[in-house]
Amino acid sequence: MGRYVARRLLLTIPVLLGASFLIFAMVYALPGDPIRALAGERPLSPAVMAQLRDDFNLNDPLGVQYLKYVGDLLQGDLGTDFRGRAVTETIARTLPVTVKLTAVAVGFEIVIGIVAGVLAGIRRNGYFDNLVLVSTTIIVSIPILVLAFVTQFVFGLKLGWFPIAGTQEGIYSYLLPGLVLASGSLAYVARLTRTSLAENLRADYVRTARAKGLPQRTIIVRHTLRNSLIPVVTFIGADIGALLGGAIVTESVFNLPGMGREVYNAVRQQEGAVVVGIVTLMVFFFIFFNLVVDVLYAVLDPRIRYD
Amino acid sequence: MTDSQQQQDLLHDEVQAGTTTGLASPSVDVTNDRQNSLWSDAWKALKRNPLFWIGAVLGLVFLVMAIVPQVFARGADPRDCDLANSRQTPSSAHWFGYDQQGCDYLANVVYGARSSLIIGVVAVLVVLLLGIVVGAIAGYFGGFTDGLLSRVADIFYGLPLILGALVLLRVGPSTDLPIISSRGPGAVAIALALFGWMTAMRLVRSQVIAVKSSDYVAAARAMGASSPRILVRHILPNAVAPVLVYATITIGVLIAAEATLSYLGVGLQRPAISWGLQIDAGQDLLRTAPHLVLFPSLILTLTVMAFIMMGDALRDALDPRQRA
Repeated sequence: MGRYVARRLLLTIPVLLGASFLIFAMVYALPGDPIRALAGERPLSPAVMAQLRDDFNLNDPLGVQYLKYVGDLLQGDLGTDFRGRAVTETIARTLPVTVKLTAVAVGFEIVIGIVAGVLAGIRRNGYFDNLVLVSTTIIVSIPILVLAFVTQFVFGLKLGWFPIAGTQEGIYSYLLPGLVLASGSLAYVARLTRTSLAENLRADYVRTARAKGLPQRTIIVRHTLRNSLIPVVTFIGADIGALLGGAIVTESVFNLPGMGREVYNAVRQQEGAVVVGIVTLMVFFFIFFNLVVDVLYAVLDPRIRYD
Repeated sequence: MTDSQQQQDLLHDEVQAGTTTGLASPSVDVTNDRQNSLWSDAWKALKRNPLFWIGAVLGLVFLVMAIVPQVFARGADPRDCDLANSRQTPSSAHWFGYDQQGCDYLANVVYGARSSLIIGVVAVLVVLLLGIVVGAIAGYFGGFTDGLLSRVADIFYGLPLILGALVLLRVGPSTDLPIISSRGPGAVAIALALFGWMTAMRLVRSQVIAVKSSDYVAAARAMGASSPRILVRHILPNAVAPVLVYATITIGVLIAAEATLSYLGVGLQRPAISWGLQIDAGQDLLRTAPHLVLFPSLILTLTVMAFIMMGDALRDALDPRQRA
């Protein structure tokens, strides 16, 4: 187990470096002079421009720029944006918002997704099962963009149940965007739980449990659900990594000052350091949670051995 | 691939290599007509699935809408605008009302289907091209090649689709790359495909690995068939079913992604007609004229739904293990 984890950790390094270099190359390979744009109306003197270009390493070839960036990164320095604010500060400001949003979304996935999946899986092909199948197909088909505006309009503007935008009302502000962000995964969790439960209910050990007279409730909760939830738990684990990097639209529509909205604004303003810093962190989360899930799989399912 | 076709392939390999193994003309007739193929079984299952028919009809409607939007626009021209009509609500004469500029909104929404479908289909074709080529090479040659290509796929997999495409399209116009710099539908399709090919690659790769050590591949190799020929004629046809399912669903996913990119301001640019641009223009008027967001949203959702429903139904039909 230890060796497996160590090998996987080593394998993540080239992937992380590759992904951050990819984004670095796209951001910094662009022509156009950010220093000139920074100066605005009043032209800077050539000496100041040269100094600024040197400070931001803009004169080096791309490979050297990237190596310098990684060197600073290893010392915890992600550089500064063109206004002189440290990127680490920007991350410290926006990360909590995104983490809260992700937590709320995962909460919805667990509660609504698993409950709907269990109710559907118990009576396969029943009324509720068909309802879940049809509604998950519809939910998966609604783009996040559309869902964000429709829920904002209906539950925020018309019914007034939830705040429309911003984070003024604490955790209450996160409920609606969290539900929107969770929607696709929520539908998938419901389907996964349903299929997995329905399959396990046909297993021999369930027949044995039933034969010795256990009540249906005990059979489902104690015996079947535990086994059925293994793929669900691993999906949700991997999804945490994906949600932390995928909230651009949700955060923009609901005006939440998180990493997604920040990186979108940074892309528009060509704030290279901010884009590369935040995206690298997002890729790290994605890879990290996938690794955790793979290890978790072996812990939850004793049949799996990684040696 | 049908059995008779496979016989012909084996025969061809024999002739090419000048060998006789007897595999191409077996004494037992393996091409039994009563034996149902995967595809005829799948079609039977599809025909009974109402979700498939809903998806297929919707898909057909949007296809016609993309080819001849005039039929659906009720005689209105999307560019014939009169500011006096600005933001009028839907009426019996103008079903979707008017937009901010006083253009007939039904015509505008209907004309948006074309670019969405073109981008969705072109992006998926590029995804398939990249995915099949890279996946087949990685799976067939294995070893170092596989390790390298799989890591490259991992790198792209770590970047969220929208985020990667967002950065590329923002940077694109100031570079001199051929299509990427155009700000047109081609750039959007390429950007989506470049950050979305990995799943297709993994699908093809795993199928290739699964069948490359089977007997009929060994037989083809024994008869002297070259690697590319074995790959294209004997191995890749096995991946058609899962790739077809994946491609159908992905058209829907990429159409939604295109609308999102246009909404974020890096996809199609005005005066192009696109659902993402319409949602973007309508968002500030959500309070006073919600129909400006709701109608393109509705049509966009139905289009995405058409492809996802067809793909779902196709998967159920093609995967016998999921049949209850």
